[in-house]
Parts: sequence; structure tokens; C-alpha cells
Amino acid sequence: MPADALRALVAEDQALLRVGLVRILEISGIRVTAAVQTAAELEEALTDEQLDIAIVDVRLPPTFTTEGLAAVVHARTVRPGLPVLVLSQFVEPLYARELLAAGRGAVGYLLKDRVVDIDGFVAAVHQVAGGGTVLDPEVVAGLVSARPLHRLTERERQVLTLMAEGRSNTAIAARLFVTEKAVDKHINNIFIKLDLPPTADDNRRVLAVVAWLNA
Amino acid sequence: MASQQAPRVGDTGAYAAAPDPAGTSPLATRLRLTALSAGHVGAGVGALALAVIMLSAFPALFGVAGFLILWLTVPLAGLLAGYHRRTAARELGLPVGAHYLDVAGGNPITALATWVRDPARWRDFAFCWYSGTGGLILSLVPVLFLVGPAVHMILGVVFGSWLWFTIAAVAYGPSLVAWWFVAVPLTRARLRADRGILDHSLVYTLEQRVEQVEQSRSATVDHNEAELRRIERDLHDGAQARIAAAGMNMGLAEKLVHSDPDAATELLREARDTTVNALEDLRTLVRGIHPPVLADRGLVGGVEALAIPIPIPVTVALPLPRLPAPIESAVYFAVAECLANVAKHAYASRAWVTGSHDGTTLRVTIGDDGLGGADPRGTGLSGIARRLAPFDGTVTVISPADGGTEIRLEVPCRLTR
Repeated sequence: MPADALRALVAEDQALLRVGLVRILEISGIRVTAAVQTAAELEEALTDEQLDIAIVDVRLPPTFTTEGLAAVVHARTVRPGLPVLVLSQFVEPLYARELLAAGRGAVGYLLKDRVVDIDGFVAAVHQVAGGGTVLDPEVVAGLVSARPLHRLTERERQVLTLMAEGRSNTAIAARLFVTEKAVDKHINNIFIKLDLPPTADDNRRVLAVVAWLNA
Repeated sequence: MASQQAPRVGDTGAYAAAPDPAGTSPLATRLRLTALSAGHVGAGVGALALAVIMLSAFPALFGVAGFLILWLTVPLAGLLAGYHRRTAARELGLPVGAHYLDVAGGNPITALATWVRDPARWRDFAFCWYSGTGGLILSLVPVLFLVGPAVHMILGVVFGSWLWFTIAAVAYGPSLVAWWFVAVPLTRARLRADRGILDHSLVYTLEQRVEQVEQSRSATVDHNEAELRRIERDLHDGAQARIAAAGMNMGLAEKLVHSDPDAATELLREARDTTVNALEDLRTLVRGIHPPVLADRGLVGGVEALAIPIPIPVTVALPLPRLPAPIESAVYFAVAECLANVAKHAYASRAWVTGSHDGTTLRVTIGDDGLGGADPRGTGLSGIARRLAPFDGTVTVISPADGGTEIRLEVPCRLTR
């Protein structure tokens, strides 16, 4: 493993999933510095200043509610911008809102199902560690479908959804089989129609969209 | 507006306990109550006669005479008991309910059969005996304490002799003092005893309540049974089938991994997608049983989460403590149903969920500024009533045809933690 490999913390109480996660990360060249099972252990492990990313299950012992979420939200008040990727059997827009409340990037919120797509998952880990924002398509879909987006065309809506999931223009273009230039045009239209200030930075773009969706 | 109200035990209704209007002098009160007792003495004599006649009707039931006697005396006993019920209710400020079984629409024979089965009629019969015996003595005491001296006073006036006055003063001074002290408690004791014998409300209310609880229990059991069947079917057709398919694909891939690696890769990818679908199935199922956000955050967080995907602005103001889980769950699903209705049918521009808990009752209101005219008997709203029924919860729908809807949920619930 290279010396500059990402240093990751894994918090997951179910042994099978913890072992699987660690295996996937290590195969993908990410060093797992700690793999913990409980909220108390997680809080302790989050104080590691060398940490590049914390990959945390929402639900942990002892109460099996949202200890994981609370622990990372707290850790980010101590160390703002600490990259955290929260995994869960369920995604809840309410929790996404809490994670994003601090207004900084370096946040991911994904269903555990997404880990099955190993390349996609590892890409998300790198994106979050690099300060990006990655939201599960299910959260985004829930938010987008709830808002009256009559003003947007079908294509613009697709672009908006992918944008809120944290994808770059290149990735959106590849996904929709269009040119990056076309994507640029769509994004500009979306920003104009939704009265959002245009911005080049992917992360700020996601946050702007999410803030608008949550409004 | 429709409301489903459960009768409550110990409900005193509109009766106000105010036996004596303010400003009545103690003497007037005592004189009035003594007069009342005198009336009871008179009624007691009649009641005793009635009771004896009714008793005599039973051996006579083999002939026509018994029937005739009962047709005459049972309603008479009812009238007499009715007078005592009204008096006791008025003086004590408490409800004294008759709750006779309904005999309307039947012939005299069925009426008689109904009377015989009616516990309230047997109460009347028992009351007649009591009224002519123990009750009579109870009512007689205050009357005698007063009548004795009064008679001697009258004799004194009639014969113009101081002797009678002296006897009245000396012998009956203590009697008057006793009257002063016993007139109120004895009369009230008599009234309470009358209520004890004649009041069928408690039994009646309890009977109604038991019936209601039986109904809601059986509805709950049916509902749970149907839910379990649905869950079993969903698991069988969804997650179970998908996991089995994924297992088969993986087994096949294992066989092909050396001979046809491309096919094996394709099978594994399919297996992976299938497990993701199985997880989606399970998630949907679990959300329908007990949504995780409700378990995590309680009713307040649950309702906030419900409000997010509603396409119109929803204001949530629920300053609530954590409540017992079954109640939180029932109210959560009730609110979910209401908000879904708002999104589907109301054409509203905004909605709100407000609530409070005063220590004994949880109140939640779901409102919108939409079309109005919601039907309280619709499947959605009656489903909510059924969900809340096991907790004695009620649903009130206020949805005028000219717009706006408010659905008020009320669930009695004490804090246990």
C-alpha cells in the first residue's frame, strides 16, 4: 500500500459488514486505521488527527438509533470539514439535512446497498475525502420529486438530480450521453430558473442545489 | 363534522353539585330536607305496598292475574323510582341513570319478558322493599325529631296551656337539637342510598365500554392478522425470492468461472443487482411496519421527516415529549395518512401539523388551506379512527365545503417515563 494512501476509519457494528467494508477498502488501496463497533469507540477513534475520512454506520450500539450520525456531526464541530461518509440501511432526507447543515462539503450519505458497486463506492470515498459532497440518489430523488419543478424540462431535471448526487459535469455528460458543453448549458438554465448564483465549484454547486431543495 | 366519542366511566356530565342555592339559611335548608324526608316516608309506605303486591304476582304468574298485576305495578314502580332518581340527582348533583331495556315495538308479553331480564327493573323492585323498610326508618327519624315538639307546640296553642309548652321545651329541647344535627346528614344518607340502589349508570357505562373495547380489540386483532399475512406475502414474493435467485446465479457463476469467465462475470453482476433489489424490498417493507426515523427520533422527528417529501410547505410545531411507542406509531401513521391526503386531494397551498401534550392527552391537528369537503367516512379517515381506537383515541374532521380542512386527533396518554 502506498505511503500516501487515504487513512480511513470504519464504524460498523455488524461483523459481516465491517469485515466486508474493510476488505473492499484495503483492496482499493485505502488504509483502514481503525474498525470500531460502538459509539464510544467511534468517538474515541474520531479524535485521530491523521484521519482522512470516517466511514460510519448511522445506527450503532448502545441504543441503535442515530449514534453514528450524532458522533460525526459532533466531530465536525471539533474539526470542521472532517470528511465523513455516512452509511445506512435507510436514507432519510431529515438526516441528510442535519449532515449538510454545517454548510461545508466533505460529506457523503449513502445507502449500504451502494457499497455493492465497488468502483462507485470507492469513487465516492475519494470524492468525499477530497472535500466533495455525495448524496444517495434515493435522497435526491425524494427531494426532487417533492418540489414543484414545473419550470424545468425533463432533461434539466435529470441533470439537477445527478448534480445533487455530487457528480461532475464530465460524469453527467457521460451518464446522459451528451457533450459536456450541453451539460454546461443545462446547468446554466437550471441556475437561472431556480435563481441560484452560478458557481464553478462542484461542491458549492451541490450545496446550493440541496439548500434550494430543502427550502 | 363527525366525532367518535368513547363513553367514559365516572362521567358526571352536565350535573352540577349545588343542592342549596347560596343565601339559603341553615334553618330553611333543614326544614326543606325534613319535608323531603316526610315525602320519602309517604312514598315508602306506598312502595312497601307495591313491593308486596309485586311479590304476590310471582306465584300468580301461572294465571292471568299475575300478568295483570305486573303490567300495572312494574310501570308504577318505575314512576316511583323515577321520582326518587330525580330527587337524588337534584339534591346530590350527581347523575342517577335508569337505563331500562327498550320495550318499544314489542307486545305486552315480550315487554314482560324484557322486564324480567332487565337489571334496572330489578333495581326498582329492590328499591320498593328498601324504601318501605330501612329507607323509611332513615327518613322517619328527622321527621319525628321535629314533629314531636311541633305537636306539643300546637297543643299548647290550641289549649292555651303553658304546660304543653314546658313539656315541649324540656322534653323536646334535646330532640330539636338532635334534629338540627341529624336532619342534613340523615337526609343525604338516604339520598345516597337511593342513588346506590337506583343508579344503573355505572353498570350501563361499563357494559357499553366493554362492548366498545371488544369491538376495537377484535378490529385490532383482525388488522394485525391481515398485516402479518401481507408481510409474509411481501417477504415471500420479494426479498426471499430475490435472495434465492441471487444464490442460484452465484452457484452457476462458481461452476462457470473457469470455463466461461465472461458468463460468470455477467451472472455475478446480475446476482449483485438482485441483492440490491432485495434490500429495496426489505426497506419498503420495514418503512411500512415501523419507520426507522420514528424509532430514532420519535413522533416529532417522524412527522418532520414526513413533511419533507410533501410538495407544499408544511409547518410542523410539535412540542412533545417521547411518548409510549405504540401511541407514537399509531399517531405517526395517522399523520402520514392525513398528509398524503393533503398532497393528493386538497389542492392546498400550505399545510400544518400542530400538537400538544397536557400530561394526560395528546392532541395533534393536521390542517390545510385546500378545497375542504373531506369525507370522514372515507377509507383513509376511517382507517385512522381504527388505528387510534385501541388507545381510546378520537378523530374529528372539520372540513367545510367552502374550503380548508382540519383533522384533530386526540389520544389519552399518560407519560410513563
